[in-house]
Amino acid sequence: MGLVKVVFSVSMLAQTIRISTPYVFAALGGVFSERGGVVNVALEGIMLQGAFCAVVGAYYTGNGWVGVLAAIIGGALMALIHGIVSIKYRTNQIISGIALNLLAVGLTKFFLKLIFQSSSNSSRIEGIPSIKLPLVSSIPIVNLFLEYPLILLALVSVILSQIVIFRTKFGLHLRAVGENPEAACTLGINVFRTRYLGVILSGVLAGLGGAWLTLDQHQFTDGISGGRGFIALAAMIFGRWNPTGASLACLLFGFADALQLQLQSIGTTIPTQFVQMIPYLVTMIALAGGIGRAIPPAADGVPYVKE
Amino acid sequence: MKEKLILHIIPPIIAVVASFVVGGIFIFAVGQSPFHIYGVMFSGALGSAYGWGQIIFKMTPLIFTGLAVAFAFRGGLFNIGAEGQLYIGAMLTTIAGYYLRSLPGVILVPLCVLAGFIGGALWASLPAILKARLGVHEVINTIMMNFIAYALISYFLVNHFSVPETVHTPEISTNAYLPRLSLIIPAFASSPANFSFLLALVALYLFWYIIFKTRLGYEIRAVGLNKDASRYAGISVPRITFLALSIAGGFAGLVGTNFVMGYKHYFEEGFSLGVGFMGIAVALLGQNHPAGILLASFLFGVLSHGGLVINTYIPKELVDILQAIVIIFMVVFDTVLRDLITAKRKRLARGDGVS
Repeated sequence: MGLVKVVFSVSMLAQTIRISTPYVFAALGGVFSERGGVVNVALEGIMLQGAFCAVVGAYYTGNGWVGVLAAIIGGALMALIHGIVSIKYRTNQIISGIALNLLAVGLTKFFLKLIFQSSSNSSRIEGIPSIKLPLVSSIPIVNLFLEYPLILLALVSVILSQIVIFRTKFGLHLRAVGENPEAACTLGINVFRTRYLGVILSGVLAGLGGAWLTLDQHQFTDGISGGRGFIALAAMIFGRWNPTGASLACLLFGFADALQLQLQSIGTTIPTQFVQMIPYLVTMIALAGGIGRAIPPAADGVPYVKE
Repeated sequence: MKEKLILHIIPPIIAVVASFVVGGIFIFAVGQSPFHIYGVMFSGALGSAYGWGQIIFKMTPLIFTGLAVAFAFRGGLFNIGAEGQLYIGAMLTTIAGYYLRSLPGVILVPLCVLAGFIGGALWASLPAILKARLGVHEVINTIMMNFIAYALISYFLVNHFSVPETVHTPEISTNAYLPRLSLIIPAFASSPANFSFLLALVALYLFWYIIFKTRLGYEIRAVGLNKDASRYAGISVPRITFLALSIAGGFAGLVGTNFVMGYKHYFEEGFSLGVGFMGIAVALLGQNHPAGILLASFLFGVLSHGGLVINTYIPKELVDILQAIVIIFMVVFDTVLRDLITAKRKRLARGDGVS
């Protein structure tokens, strides 16, 4: 009885949304990259880099929003490397992604020591001030979006991504180069430029996911991304490479996390580790066709060679 | 033949040299002398028997994971799951070494090694089946299986097998210990290098033998090069796919022999320090060939130990950055060189090359 009450409470929903926010940013990033035909397993590393850049930006200026901007730039730069290596040099995109993940771990630890003289965490930084509106700020759940403006930004990003991918010319081009780059090229679409844009947007979004982590916790801790980039990757697949679908999958996985925390606090006998496995298991099942098969864009992961 | 050799040897060398140059610029940018740092790194790592022992200890798991990635790669498969496979393998090694404690060493040691291999192979066999039967891409599944392995091991460790207040298991039977290398080379005294390294050398040989000297290896290479042609030649592609990825997992499962049987004698959460992912770099730099894997794992072993040596001057994570840059340069130069060769061929075909 207690469990049911906890699961369907407002605080549980609020916690789910907060946990899902970084997943949503990174998963949307994954959608932009892979819809354009570039597999992005570097989401984890980009998030980590974004998280660190956010702390550095906020630390030196005392302004959380500068941190957000730094995270966007840092994430975009990481993604740009992925773009150059996998689009210009047509390398295996998985290898490039794994290398970037290793690079992000190295860079963040290295500069954590140089800037903050610590191997575990940064100094404390300012977060992002909440938006205060009379009346609205007292409505449950709605107030969450005002208290944490980045959650509002995540929501806006979901809606914008859905519109951009399915209702704009750029979105049409992006999907075209991800499904059949040869045909797209014949139609006069610049395949390379479109793919670069998709990858850089993925860096911007995954970087924002990282910014959420450090600005919410008011500091950077070593390895703060903690596998969230891979959960986002799973959510993107489970959500069928669709912004709304991916975001709903993020909420589902965020709910599993929130549930796990609740289970710990009320001390049930369900091992939390099994709840942790849920995102990965459902993704494997989805890929195998257990819940209607998840099929990636046709040219996802295939380098484009211009004839 | 000459061209093939060039294609395999030149990119790794250029990649390593170029990443050291970039690393040097990086060191300079943070206000240190690259020559000093590199000098300290190499003399510290290679200048003493203790350093060599450390390098051997650090390169041993990299050989296993490098083989795990390369074996699958020979079959056209990308194994990103070495991390999970080695976790499960090492746990089974520990379970065998702990619960079968009454067995004598001559039986228990091979059994523990075998348990590691089976653990890794079993963990890889699920994505292998999904790939072989349903065509599900192994990359995502092996990544997901890493996280499932972490959670599963964490559950098992916390709830059933750990020494209270720690994140490690009780010690395995002394009968399951692998001796230190200092037993035969006394200069290695006080370094954790152990007989697991010899096992890694055997694994390198086995890889070479299976891939280049057996029918199975021939079929794996054939499927890796061209699935359709292999199918027409009567090779069962699903069977080969399954075997290639499962055996690859087995190689990863042997990582635990170094840490569990040869060093600490227990399983500890997080003991792998990401060697599963580094195996991708090792296989790549080693061009999926045992000789290359041996050299590449040596290089990464030197870097890994060298990082500790330079830590008083510059954060040791410099070597992580170097390793990542090596991977990136490696794949980029590979493309550049191939493009150059293609361009040269085209020129020759047009006759411009003659003049």
